[in-house]
Amino acid sequence: MLSSTPESATRSLTTHPVMRRSDRSALRMALRRFWRNGNAKTGFFLIALFALIAVFGPKIAPEGFDEENLSGRLNPPTQLHWFGTDELGRDVLSRVIYGARISMTVGLVAVSGALATGSLLGITAGYGGGIVDGAIMRVMDVMLAFPSVILAIGIVAMRGPGLNNTILAVSIVNIPVYARVARASTLSIKEHEYVTAARAIGARGWRVLLRAILPNAASPLVVQATLGVAGAILDAAALGFLGLGAQPPAPEWGVMLSDSYKYLLTAFWAALAPGAAIAIVVLSFNLAGDGLHDALDPRLSGSF
Amino acid sequence: MIRYIGNRAIALIPILLGVSAAAFLLIHLLPGDPATVFLGEHATPESIARVQHEFGLDRPLPVQYGVYLWHAIRGDFGDSLETHRQVIVEFLPRCPATIELSLGAITVALLVGIPIGLLSATKPNSIFDRIGMAVALAGVSLPVFWLGLMLVYIFSVYFHTLPTSGQIGIDYSLLAITHIDVLDGLLTGNLPAAWDALRHLILPSITLASYSTAIIARMTRASMKDALHQDYIRTARAKGMAGWGVIIGHGLRNALLPVITVIGLQVGSLLTGAILTETIFSWPGVGRFMYDSILFRDYPVILAGILLFSLVFVLVNLCVDVLYAFLDPRIRYA
Repeated sequence: MLSSTPESATRSLTTHPVMRRSDRSALRMALRRFWRNGNAKTGFFLIALFALIAVFGPKIAPEGFDEENLSGRLNPPTQLHWFGTDELGRDVLSRVIYGARISMTVGLVAVSGALATGSLLGITAGYGGGIVDGAIMRVMDVMLAFPSVILAIGIVAMRGPGLNNTILAVSIVNIPVYARVARASTLSIKEHEYVTAARAIGARGWRVLLRAILPNAASPLVVQATLGVAGAILDAAALGFLGLGAQPPAPEWGVMLSDSYKYLLTAFWAALAPGAAIAIVVLSFNLAGDGLHDALDPRLSGSF
Repeated sequence: MIRYIGNRAIALIPILLGVSAAAFLLIHLLPGDPATVFLGEHATPESIARVQHEFGLDRPLPVQYGVYLWHAIRGDFGDSLETHRQVIVEFLPRCPATIELSLGAITVALLVGIPIGLLSATKPNSIFDRIGMAVALAGVSLPVFWLGLMLVYIFSVYFHTLPTSGQIGIDYSLLAITHIDVLDGLLTGNLPAAWDALRHLILPSITLASYSTAIIARMTRASMKDALHQDYIRTARAKGMAGWGVIIGHGLRNALLPVITVIGLQVGSLLTGAILTETIFSWPGVGRFMYDSILFRDYPVILAGILLFSLVFVLVNLCVDVLYAFLDPRIRYA
């Protein structure tokens, strides 16, 4: 049939303005919508800025994160110390800069772990159905019955405080979120013809899952993961504040807050900068996440 | 209706069993032997064996879980490692303070969140909408503990208008009826004490409410926008009803249903936030006690706290489901 189509007809079809629109892939259109959204763009640039700060931290920080100067304790902001000094005379700005490394790493690693585990469990449950579905989702229900930070506190309290256990705990408590999202998408995707087609040509179960279902379930997962980084950074900072996360003298923002809040009456600047840093990073991931949500699913745009 | 409640309650049993098993396994499967934790690193093998036997740690795991569950159902969560008193005896007197704080926070969240959502939805893209959504975005992004510190700095340290910490000033003594200070002050007619308790409650409530306010505002806005596009709104307007009558009487009444579910889910963040908020404001509640126990590594208390918080979370959500079904008959008969 195709070979019988006159060549001139195909050419005019591809150059026809209506047909050219199909050149725009869904992804490119989504990116364009994202880019047109001012809030989302702000979020993206702030994330990029903090990523750069995290990568080049040691190069741009005026001082080391643990350089103590006991004669210059709790000094207010000056030209030398833009954000003042803390209770051990350390430069708050430098510590906030080093802290970006920790928080960005915690957020990204914890969410990557939760995203990978959760989406695998979710698509397996959704595609497998029956007992597999029941078993996986009941475990997820139990995990969701814990308020998330409470479960994280439990995991870290039992395993011992520290940054690695914080990442592990934040990662574990977020698994059910991704599992639910992935399962919900899988349930609708598996009824599509291309899944049936993949199975008809003899693709094995895991191949159908990873090649046919996962890519099509990706967009809600990407949105959830972006918003999830914001949540993970907040949760990790809360654990740090409670003394369960990174341990002093690590310049983790939550730890800095818990160290400095005893001096709030005399030196509020030591608590101002790390908290503002958490707020800005979390805000930027929330802005970008909302933007992605609107861009990837235009029907729902404006629902937030 | 009773059948619906019964079914929902029965469905909770496996969840609660799972929650208790998960919490139990947290202690027992992860590295680190509770007996060693109890005695310290340098304990002799004999004393470890003795403690293991005393606590039943030498018995098979399922038996241990059964014993633990049997005791837990009757309110026996073991003894605190720090005070050597029963965990439940430590928890109960601290509950009213946390309930007072949570009620304060929910009040703030509803009084601020719903009007913001309502205004944003009725006047989309207006200045109200923009400010409202900026507040909502800030609410989900600000760390609770930092917001609390900054509020203390602004209102207590800088302006000296509100107290920095505690539940009530030391000059006031109250006859305890409900153990919720503001209520006790009102009930006993001790208005100065009630006023002082209320002043102590304001900053912690705002701090704890920040996240929930934001979520409720966003949910109200989304659900209200949806409701305003329904046919019955157009019908009401066509009948000649005045603007706000339609919005409140027909729009908000229907839009609040999904908001109720979200309020139930917020209890989780309120409980978590309570640990942080109570720590900052030296609030004598369960959250502050949890923080102290975490610092002391008081494992029986931490475990009991996790279980109690989860129990409250699950039960509140059961109540919310029931309330939802009560308000929306479509759920009941589905």
